[in-house]
Amino acid sequence: MPPTPVPPAAESRGLQLVSRSTYLKELALKNLFLVCACVAVAGVALIFAFVGLRGWPIFATVGPWSFLTGTEWNPTGAEYGILPLIYGSVVVMLGALVIGTPLAVGTAIFLSEIATPRVRSIVRPAVELLAGIPSVIYGFFGLIILRPIVANFTDGLGFGAVTAWFILAIMIVPTIAAISEDALRSIPPGIREASYAMGATTWQTIYKVLVPAAKIGIIDAIILGMGRAIGETMAVLMVVGNAPVFPESISEPIATLTTQIVMDMPYAAGDHRTALFGMAIILFLVSMGLVALVRLISRFQTAMESGR
Amino acid sequence: MSLRTSPVPADAPNKIAVKGLEFYYGDFHALTDITVDIKEKAVTAFIGPSGCGKSTFLRCFNRMNDLIPGTRAEGLIALDGQHIYEAGVDPVDLRRRIGMIFQQPNPFPMSIYDNVAFGPRLQGVKRKAELDEIVQTSLERANLWKETKDILGRNGLALSGGQQQRLCIARVLAVEPEVMLMDEPCSAIDPTSVQKIEDLMAELKDRITIVIVTHNMQQAARVSDFTAFFLQEVAGEPAVLVEYDRTSNLFTSPKDRRTEDYITGRFG
Repeated sequence: MPPTPVPPAAESRGLQLVSRSTYLKELALKNLFLVCACVAVAGVALIFAFVGLRGWPIFATVGPWSFLTGTEWNPTGAEYGILPLIYGSVVVMLGALVIGTPLAVGTAIFLSEIATPRVRSIVRPAVELLAGIPSVIYGFFGLIILRPIVANFTDGLGFGAVTAWFILAIMIVPTIAAISEDALRSIPPGIREASYAMGATTWQTIYKVLVPAAKIGIIDAIILGMGRAIGETMAVLMVVGNAPVFPESISEPIATLTTQIVMDMPYAAGDHRTALFGMAIILFLVSMGLVALVRLISRFQTAMESGR
Repeated sequence: MSLRTSPVPADAPNKIAVKGLEFYYGDFHALTDITVDIKEKAVTAFIGPSGCGKSTFLRCFNRMNDLIPGTRAEGLIALDGQHIYEAGVDPVDLRRRIGMIFQQPNPFPMSIYDNVAFGPRLQGVKRKAELDEIVQTSLERANLWKETKDILGRNGLALSGGQQQRLCIARVLAVEPEVMLMDEPCSAIDPTSVQKIEDLMAELKDRITIVIVTHNMQQAARVSDFTAFFLQEVAGEPAVLVEYDRTSNLFTSPKDRRTEDYITGRFG
């Protein structure tokens, strides 16, 4: 087909051309947002590079194996084994998950399936507010209110993993509840209808249909809760007792990776300081691993649903 | 064309009897003075323009409207002579006897097998052999067994839209319902699958009572024995049942002027 001749501009009634100022504004905005996104990426890269460079030498001096599996954390004696700290972090995190997950998933189910809009409008902001409370206040609460209670039930002073569990459990509720609720709400309404129409009760609909359907989202939520629990510092610091040892019981003082960094950083020098950065590398890798896990799981779900 | 068996006799028993039904969504009066008898082991079609309350009416039969806050039904709907809105009637039990197929196929995001076994499991069937048998029979009756017998472990969502709808039918058939309600079951799927589902309805009506809501008059004419025409004449006013008759009569010699106008395409 021959090209249609374009009439001269003067004759055509003409569509207006994009004005130069509009064009420049659009261009500037596009780049502005690009810069915003880059700042986040650059931040992660810089922090990783900084922590990596400062902490790397410890793996050479002490050796990665004895750093990770050494059972003595004694900087004055130049012993840098962080296994007690890893142990502390894991114990605190797992306990918090065991208590916090049912609480959070229960909250999510209540909000998305049971609460009337009125009740939801009260409970949801309250749960969100939990995320906004500064962690030092959680620590305070743990120290003043929870610790004496725990001390009553155990022999010690109440400084230890148990007190941290309860504090952290409440702290991870908003994370897990919000993401689980999203997962439940993103289930198409037709699925609920189908379940009720099959003669399922509300309870059967929840545990036989909705929770399995939201399973992947709930697992994501728990993994992100893990990240939150393992990274939390201040509140834990105030209640665990800060002894970098293997405790004899769950109510004895322990320390975690994060709390030990805070305790030692003000005065550490030389290899000791490097070791703290080495611990930061471990924490960084753990959170990266958790985020990667979440992505992997959602890819797995897509594959499942397309049926392979 | 679907295989049309001999016409349902005029003295066929009523499976569902409706008398003077009024239905409200909060303040909105949606249906008024609906009286109709649904014959057993026949296909009854509800037709009418969008918004005429035919789906609302269908959802009264298994009390699905109960799930919408603020809805209210007055009057009588009786299943085998028992009033279903009577105090104390368990909607859960009712829904086990009256299955429902929706416009959008809605298989559960679980395996084909688990989808079909869902209802029987709710009712406490646990033995693997028994479940296997129910799953196979139900899929066979839904004409889906040949396509799925080797992929029972695959997610139901991986099937095509038409297959998903037949999976939903199999899921309902697995609990041996007495009535199957179909709410525009063919409007979201491809024409080949529509044909399969229409054939299926003709096969199934030997054993169960089917009530179908359709906006497609040709479909109503093809598949149903009885047809009810609903109409909301004035916006904001409740809809009424204009005419109810044997499908063959309603489409050839409608008694009401409005029915004639609708089926000849003058509005809607």
